[in-house]
Amino acid sequence: MSELKLEKVANNGLINRRHLFGLGLAGIGTLASTSLFGATAGLNLEIPGWSKQPGPGASGYGARSRFTDDMQRLAGNPDPFYPGGGASRSPLHQLQGSITPNSLHFERHHAGIPDIDPAQHNLVIHGLVRNPLVFSYEDLLRYPMVSKIYFLECSGNSSTLFGSTPADGSVQSIHGLVSGAEWTGILLSTLLDEAGIRSGASWINAVGADAASMGRSIPLNRAMDDVMLALFQNGEPLRPSQGYPMRLFVPGCEGNISVKWLTQIKLTSEPSQFRDETSKYTDTREDRKSLQFTYPMGTKSTITSPSGQMKLGRQGIYQITGIAWSGHGNIRRVEVSADGGRTWADSMIESHQSVKALARFRIPWEWTGGNAVLQSRATDSHGNVQPTRMSLIAEKGNIGTYHFHGIQSWAVNAAGDVTNVYA
Amino acid sequence: MFTLKRIAVLSAIALGPLISLSVVGHAQSLGTSISESQLQSFDLIAPPDGSGYPEGSGTAVQGRDIFERRCAACHGMKGEGTSALTRLVGGDMQSEDLPIRTVGSFWPHASTLFDYVQRAMPADAPKSLSSSEVYQVIAYILNLNEIISNSQILNKETLMQVEMPNKDGFVDRSQAP
Repeated sequence: MSELKLEKVANNGLINRRHLFGLGLAGIGTLASTSLFGATAGLNLEIPGWSKQPGPGASGYGARSRFTDDMQRLAGNPDPFYPGGGASRSPLHQLQGSITPNSLHFERHHAGIPDIDPAQHNLVIHGLVRNPLVFSYEDLLRYPMVSKIYFLECSGNSSTLFGSTPADGSVQSIHGLVSGAEWTGILLSTLLDEAGIRSGASWINAVGADAASMGRSIPLNRAMDDVMLALFQNGEPLRPSQGYPMRLFVPGCEGNISVKWLTQIKLTSEPSQFRDETSKYTDTREDRKSLQFTYPMGTKSTITSPSGQMKLGRQGIYQITGIAWSGHGNIRRVEVSADGGRTWADSMIESHQSVKALARFRIPWEWTGGNAVLQSRATDSHGNVQPTRMSLIAEKGNIGTYHFHGIQSWAVNAAGDVTNVYA
Repeated sequence: MFTLKRIAVLSAIALGPLISLSVVGHAQSLGTSISESQLQSFDLIAPPDGSGYPEGSGTAVQGRDIFERRCAACHGMKGEGTSALTRLVGGDMQSEDLPIRTVGSFWPHASTLFDYVQRAMPADAPKSLSSSEVYQVIAYILNLNEIISNSQILNKETLMQVEMPNKDGFVDRSQAP
């Protein structure tokens, strides 16, 4: 390793991102591979048993390797006072790229997952429209559709970082309420135009068919922009946990307004003031006024590896990688620091990123056994820069628990332990 | 050049058994007309402007029994809650400590209480209360918060006149960039 001339671009071991390409870094790889590397060195390799007998043939529905069964969402314990409520978090530390498999996409439910027969499900558009309409699932499948890659993030994601002491958490437990997927459906404007918007309509009020009949109000101008009635996720019909047979999808905005199991859209002149846009999903400031209808998710990034509760097994070169996203546009830049934000280096961002989608970033880093504090800082296409935790709290206060998008810090100690810290 | 019709047919083929192969017109108009009167029992939206509320009425005195039977297991006998998340009563948005946010201290509209209880409560049996039971139980919650008297009758007219202590406590960010 010492023979390679690796250009250091910031303090504490950060290496120019161009070294990600073509240099064949022997030590680079996932944290898990290090023990394997050590265990097999010096052994004579044999032909393994699975190369000596045929395996099972094709099947109707695929399953993952049994050796990856430990890759699971992190779900809280059931709450007897909140039947069906709660969330599960994506295993961001085990995922790569910018698309979350449907089985591992985060979930948030307010009264459990309804078991909806699509033949019995209706979508009603009414209120301030010229022609109130009801659509069946079969009807909707015949409309022209669009497919777009978007992130979805719960506005309560990362809320533990508002707290006064840093949680001993993983990237999954802290940031796992964000996922990325390709969503396919009908632009909502197509259906609203068919119903005929009447003058005076300024809001849509969207209601789901779950046991909570969860509702949210959304301004009509946003609803007529890029909002979609989503029917497919990553190519397959929505999973029940994501709103089967149909959900609203509001790109870039707090996940709660992408109402699942959508059954009603009512156009009105004023918002309905649902519980989930007054009592919940509002941000109380230090002056005790509460911000309401805060939709776009802030410009944000997090390092997914190395990350909390991992252990660096040996010194050498690691690939720092993570995800970045912005509810305002796409990601233009992600900088990484290994010294707690004193010096920064530009990471490499995957080139196929889309607007309001997860962007994967990577940068090589040499760990020589010392202390380090790893941070990432995103900048989006509108010039919004991810703030430090302290500047975010100075601006928003820490009474609220939504919309945390500050810079987060992973400390690495001399033993290689990675922990969440405030730095 | 693909016409919309041709695209739709190709989509139908690709989707296979999900949908039947259909000939689609040049402009999609597949919704079926429905009248507002057909949606009366379907539309539960109960907004601050007073539209869409059902008949029925209730007082706090009437609501106490329902509350104790159907709500208290989670929310406590006097709305004190079994956790911070289930507390309904008390709190002060102007307290020096972190404010405790309840129906009484935080919720800006009485209408939201009707709307939410009608659509989502009790959590173990949503939509199992009659309209009068909803008026009664929310009257009891408002009375526990000393916002209305225990004999005040709530119905679709009087509910709109209830002023919540934190009615001016919110800032609309819906048009922020």
